[in-house]
Amino acid sequence: MPVESVFPALEALLPRVSKPVQYVGGELNAQTKDWDACDVRWALMYPDAYEVGLPNQGLQILYEVLNEQPGTLAERTYSVWPDLEALMREYGVPQFTVDGHRPVTAFDVLGISFATELGYTNLLTALDLAGIPIHAVDRTDEHPLVLAGGHAAFNPEPMADFVDGAVLGDGEKAVLAITEQIRLHKQAGSPGGRAGLLVKLAASGILYVPALYEVMYRADGAIETVTPRIPGIPRRVPKHTVTDLDEWPYPKAPLVPLAETVHERASVEIFRGCTRGCRFCQAGMITRPVRERSIDTIGSMIDKSLRATGFNEVGLLSLSSADHSEIAPLTKGLADRYEGTQTSLSLPSTRVDAFNIDLAGELARNGRRSGLTFAPEGGSERLRRVINKTVTEEDLIRTTTAAYAAGWQQVKLYFMCGLPTETDEDVLAIAGMAKSVIAQGRAAAGRPVRVTVSIGGFVPKPHTPFQWAAQASPETVDHRLRLLRDALGRDKAIGYRYHDGKPGQIEGLLARGDRRIGAVIETVWRNGGRFDGWSEHFSYERWVAACDEVFAGSPISLAWFTTRERTRDEVLPWDHLDAGLDRDWLWSDWQDALAAQELDDCRWEGCYDCGVCPSTGADTQIGPTGRTLLPLQPVG
Amino acid sequence: MAGRPARQPEGPPPPPTVCKIRLRYAKRGRLRFTSHRDIARIVERAIRRANLPIAHSAGFSPHPKISWVGAAPTGVASEAEYVELGLMRVVEAADAAAALGSSLPPGLDIVDAVVAGPGSLAERMEASVWELRLPGADRGAVDEAQERFAAVPEVLVSRRTKGGLRDIDVRGATLNLAISEVDVPGCVILQAVVRHTTPVVRPDDVLAGLRSLAPLELSSPLVATRLAQGPLCAPEIRFSDFHGGNVGETAVGDPLAPDRVPVGSDRSLSA
Repeated sequence: MPVESVFPALEALLPRVSKPVQYVGGELNAQTKDWDACDVRWALMYPDAYEVGLPNQGLQILYEVLNEQPGTLAERTYSVWPDLEALMREYGVPQFTVDGHRPVTAFDVLGISFATELGYTNLLTALDLAGIPIHAVDRTDEHPLVLAGGHAAFNPEPMADFVDGAVLGDGEKAVLAITEQIRLHKQAGSPGGRAGLLVKLAASGILYVPALYEVMYRADGAIETVTPRIPGIPRRVPKHTVTDLDEWPYPKAPLVPLAETVHERASVEIFRGCTRGCRFCQAGMITRPVRERSIDTIGSMIDKSLRATGFNEVGLLSLSSADHSEIAPLTKGLADRYEGTQTSLSLPSTRVDAFNIDLAGELARNGRRSGLTFAPEGGSERLRRVINKTVTEEDLIRTTTAAYAAGWQQVKLYFMCGLPTETDEDVLAIAGMAKSVIAQGRAAAGRPVRVTVSIGGFVPKPHTPFQWAAQASPETVDHRLRLLRDALGRDKAIGYRYHDGKPGQIEGLLARGDRRIGAVIETVWRNGGRFDGWSEHFSYERWVAACDEVFAGSPISLAWFTTRERTRDEVLPWDHLDAGLDRDWLWSDWQDALAAQELDDCRWEGCYDCGVCPSTGADTQIGPTGRTLLPLQPVG
Repeated sequence: MAGRPARQPEGPPPPPTVCKIRLRYAKRGRLRFTSHRDIARIVERAIRRANLPIAHSAGFSPHPKISWVGAAPTGVASEAEYVELGLMRVVEAADAAAALGSSLPPGLDIVDAVVAGPGSLAERMEASVWELRLPGADRGAVDEAQERFAAVPEVLVSRRTKGGLRDIDVRGATLNLAISEVDVPGCVILQAVVRHTTPVVRPDDVLAGLRSLAPLELSSPLVATRLAQGPLCAPEIRFSDFHGGNVGETAVGDPLAPDRVPVGSDRSLSA
């Protein structure tokens, strides 16, 4: 039976809300498939505002992968702002998809992409607006499966009360495997109902189903054991790894929104994974090994993408784009192809040591010469060895000076505050670095130049060597941020942007928390918590109060989850979730960090046995292929 | 920075504009929720997909030569929006309209296209004809509000502008306000001819003006559409000249009329 669109009811509310266009759908390349011709239907959610969620690559990839399948459809849904939420509650309009404006509860699966932990409260809003019970245990066969993915889903324990399952790792094949299981389950007459399906998905290793695992705690608050409740369920759940990115050239036709969004460009992921080994970087650890897309696949994806969208900017995405083995022929080939078309290229993540002026020149050839951004992350060389982001100050200044001399006027430098072993002096070293950057840049360019120092608090993440580290308290972070501000002084050539330490502590709670955090999330949400990633909506006090209330009389607390260092033998809440990294290797890398001992990249130096290749059955896949981009055939 | 010459990008300047196309387009249905900035982005991308030879400005951040003429507010539909495109090759107006039209999302529909003649398009836009649909309104109440509105010389409405809260005279800008005889169930429809003033008087200002004179209950928000904009045909028109009926076409002329020239006459450049 077709599901009715809620658009007429929604439309009457739209004149009363801000930026109504974000709720109307109608994006170029959006798809609304025939409901009755499909037997497995996904609602895909990015739990943040449309302007942030729409450009998300992961969701766009899964949207296309699913919609390409006959009999399967996928539509998208995003968080609604509080003004529309209030009206939807008043007029009984449920959480809807922006494609068909169908109620989310009519779908078989609600798949949520958690890029950040600060979207957790937004999922509860969406579930509640959809009419889906927020607790997994209260759902029936009438409700969609609520499945989480994305980087934060590598520790879904804080959301264990609310999600039915979590997918670890690359989603492309995983969503198809889940779709197939749902289809078979339906065709078989849904044996065992919802629970039967979840057991099947868990037993096959496709999905982590928190409800099928029992967590026992020790008297001191730490976890004693995590064990499957029933036989046939894996003790450790593996991550999914796609091994040949050239076979998965998605998104093929990116969505072009009517509304303005945070990234408006044709983005192509040029490789996945990173083995630079920055110890703070969860993305780099959980997406290994490095798998490059070939230069010709990248070229053809960009060509198709630009034709399908009309975007005038190309983003070459990855965790460290200048590390692609053929980045120079790629950028030169693209700059040649799009000469005179006002199409600009951008490399959102560039390491100082992989950057050179030729590369930057190719990026700027056909479009705007935007600012350059580098992320030394730590102010002193010792600290950069601790985090294994080994860039010397000389290298950095040589690079920025060359950029200023070549015509760039603005360089941004990103840092973190509160890194393990960090002292006040490490942070103050940033001021000296910024001043040298300006002095030498000015001398080389013969004109005024600018640098912006941007800094935020470090949040230790699961599946990294810093998963055992004590997070710096908000007081420590804020104290050092103030010291740095004073040290930078009033030099107009130096801009200073910072994020205070309080939101970082809550992110840390949600990142390294266990199942007992669920009650905190729910309390915060019931007290009005929404859009925690937005400073105008985030309330530190609300989170602290909820922790105090939920943890009263127990050995655990906000501090216990965040500023406490873990020991080697402590069972971590995500130890039964397998990102492919060997726990002993992570521990030894943590010890190396404390000794300020650096580690090389296994792409170019020897394997250091992190465990990923054997456990995922994948190998590092890098070029060079030796091929080049040919000129495009003129259109029309 | 004073004393130093402005930096210039390397390379030759961009090709000049040799042909200007003026387009009338409609903003319909859910597309009415787009803002002017949204439409600008949508049209720029549609031009790139359609491979129209759009000219660009010189400088470090070249911009496509697209001139917007007014814009209906966010949430208001329109049958009469206008834009002018500067092209670096001569293109037939109908071909440009067809190429762009097929590349625009449904709801943003091109309804007319001409090669620009002399004179500014923006200066021809003296007034708009608006349709105001009042869902669930009581016909008698609307009649009363409309009569009171007609009878007074000034109706002030407060609106937040960039310069702060400001009183604007809705009545002074309104040349005509009549109840339309178009029959839509559950809806009373007004048609207003409003002069383009600064700050501009928008359909919701007209409604606010009416509501300040008599109570008007609506079951859901006002649905407004711009039916036409252009030169005032009879600038001396007075309110009392119209009562009932559709006044739009007679009050406001076609702003593209001066650009329409006989077939065969030569016009390739008007820049």
